[in-house]
Amino acid sequence: MPFDLLSDLVTDYTVRTVALGAMALGAASGALGSFAVLRRQSLLGDAISHAALPGIVLAFMITGTKSTLPLLIGAALAGWLATLFVIAVVRTTRLPEDSALGIVLSVFFGAGLVLLTNVQRREDASQAGLTTFLFGQAATLLERDVWIIIGLGGFAVLVLLLGWKEFKLLAFDPEFAGSIGFPVRALDVLLVSVLVIAIVVGLQTVGVVLMSAMVVAPAAAARQWTDRLGTMVLIAAIFGAGAGLVGATASGLAAGVPTGPAIVLSATAIVVVSLLLAPRRGLIWNAARQARGRRALRTDTVLTDLFALGEQHRGQTHGHAATLIAALGPTRGAVGPALVQLASRGLAEQLDDQSWLITSDGNAEARRILRHRLATDPDGVPLVEDEDR
Amino acid sequence: MPIAVEIQLVAVLTAVACAIPGAFLVLRRMALLSDAISHTVLLGIVLAYFVVRDLGSPLLIVAAAGTGVLTVALVETLTRTRLVRQDAAIGLVFPALFSVAVILVSRYAGNVHLDTDAVLLGELAFSPFRRLSANGLDLGPRALWVMGTVLALVLGFIAAFYKELKISTFDPALAAALGFSPTLLHYAFMGLVSVTAVGAFDAVGSVLVVALMIAPPSAAYLLTDSLPRMLVYSALIAAASAIAGFWLAWTVDASIAGAMATMAGVAFVLAFGFAPERGLVALARRRARQRLEFAQLMLTVHLLHHEHADEADRESESEHLEEHLRWTPTFARRIVDRAERDDWVERDGRYLRLTGEGRARARAALG
Repeated sequence: MPFDLLSDLVTDYTVRTVALGAMALGAASGALGSFAVLRRQSLLGDAISHAALPGIVLAFMITGTKSTLPLLIGAALAGWLATLFVIAVVRTTRLPEDSALGIVLSVFFGAGLVLLTNVQRREDASQAGLTTFLFGQAATLLERDVWIIIGLGGFAVLVLLLGWKEFKLLAFDPEFAGSIGFPVRALDVLLVSVLVIAIVVGLQTVGVVLMSAMVVAPAAAARQWTDRLGTMVLIAAIFGAGAGLVGATASGLAAGVPTGPAIVLSATAIVVVSLLLAPRRGLIWNAARQARGRRALRTDTVLTDLFALGEQHRGQTHGHAATLIAALGPTRGAVGPALVQLASRGLAEQLDDQSWLITSDGNAEARRILRHRLATDPDGVPLVEDEDR
Repeated sequence: MPIAVEIQLVAVLTAVACAIPGAFLVLRRMALLSDAISHTVLLGIVLAYFVVRDLGSPLLIVAAAGTGVLTVALVETLTRTRLVRQDAAIGLVFPALFSVAVILVSRYAGNVHLDTDAVLLGELAFSPFRRLSANGLDLGPRALWVMGTVLALVLGFIAAFYKELKISTFDPALAAALGFSPTLLHYAFMGLVSVTAVGAFDAVGSVLVVALMIAPPSAAYLLTDSLPRMLVYSALIAAASAIAGFWLAWTVDASIAGAMATMAGVAFVLAFGFAPERGLVALARRRARQRLEFAQLMLTVHLLHHEHADEADRESESEHLEEHLRWTPTFARRIVDRAERDDWVERDGRYLRLTGEGRARARAALG
């Protein structure tokens, strides 16, 4: 079965075309999406893709064809206009940006719907298939469309690379960029314009409703794996391409699974895995680090408690009961594992079943810990801390 | 009732029911949560449908509202991990849940009335054909009753919690200090938004719920600074957009829901352009007036500066202003005329002299 899939990918025209197209659009939207996510404009993609609908239908009404390029140009113009409108509203009114995005998204889409239903009711079959733009239907992709996706997506990425230094500064410190004389507004519009291009090339495959996920998901996933912009953009492009490949193939294999949702779910799976597993930022990594920290703290506390007991009962050679040590510590719970760990490090020894004694190495280590605590927290408790308990 | 009247009634009820909670969404900067909710309620509807196999069951609405609240909770949980920001969290959660719903619908429910286009787009024109009847008595379109109930619920909730909503919207810290839980209120409110979205969803589709929730309140926000007025204006603009939308759709033979959204957009653009104090035109006029006022003040400061000095005569020639203040001759003449009309300066042959009033203004400007 996997071999069938592999051979399909190599030989079957439709599967190969669709997979290639989905990969190309995933890579482009992943790369451009990184900037949108970093600039807190994740939902701009949502607005742009919805706003493209009237452009698509108008382009069809004007040209009368459903060939990809005119429709994409219409989509891009509408998306671009919508973006400029958002920028204008945010700049001149007190409306929050999310309201501006919401208006543009829904009103443009509504206008697109008026045009679309109007065209549909003209009893003219040539429009059939325009609705695939809502959810995307990759099966309608032709080899020529894939070349258009690769060409336009490549162009968008190329512009991104050419303006790399400027866009980077714009994303992280726009005030500084302005102060050293960069044309911030023009750069803003340029960056958003290439984002528009990356989005419209995906509409035919993923659809206007879900295309926004292709902007956000690969970038949000990539962000978890690195702190470097260049690496993030590269990883996002790879994730986007991977989601495109998996989603398009799954949709091709299973009947009744539209391409757009399949690709989006693949991208979401990548996000979930990244959020959980990414080193240093991931949730599991973090939980493990916290548990490690808690364990170390408890072991240190048990050691210093043992040390304090030793100081109070100088010269005594019998041990101290584990239950007593547990009662001293700030956190209830088992001190057993901590004692065993101390014993394995040679800092404490077990005398009999229930009693423990600190070793000379343990004394030295406890002094070091207490001195360190005192140094980092001058108001902290003095050396023998349990005197008045 | 004629069908056209029934459709318009449903449209107006839907629009108003959406616009009122929408006003709080705009003020609380949560506009796009409505986008997320209106999409993900589909998942609740689909899952509940698989359980009860009846599209008319009230369980569908409960489940849908549940997924709406779940969406908000997921977005907030994701934001709290601090691994992604809120905007990205919204952009991750709702497409995922919506995708699951779309796949479920197109794979397993293709033969019932639950196709994705209808869900996404809604069709108000069909609402009069699904009627509610009791004992053979026709009670009118089902959507009319659904939206009427939703609107009553919305009004009841807002009336009951108006004070709390207001405080927690404008000053969440005060709300918490006063002792009621902003979180609880937040989730209750989001539940209300979800119920509204579900009710409206059937009539106008998920994307256009967003238009009705966001565009009229945004327009109202540009028209007034008072919350009660903003609520009333939102409702009025929404109702007007609904009726205008109906007639637009009638004229061009197109989707009513789409036309309503378009008209809501037109209303917003009108407010954006022509709102009395915050519109673009008002802004431009105010800026132009301020430019003239400032220039007039500059003129008096300039004259005061050179008064009693050797060059006083030369500096107060009106031709000289062009050189010194870099004004065009027309602009200089206009400013001098204005200043003269206000009795800030007077002409003395070729020269300009400050009046008492003008001198006082200039001194005040210099502090």
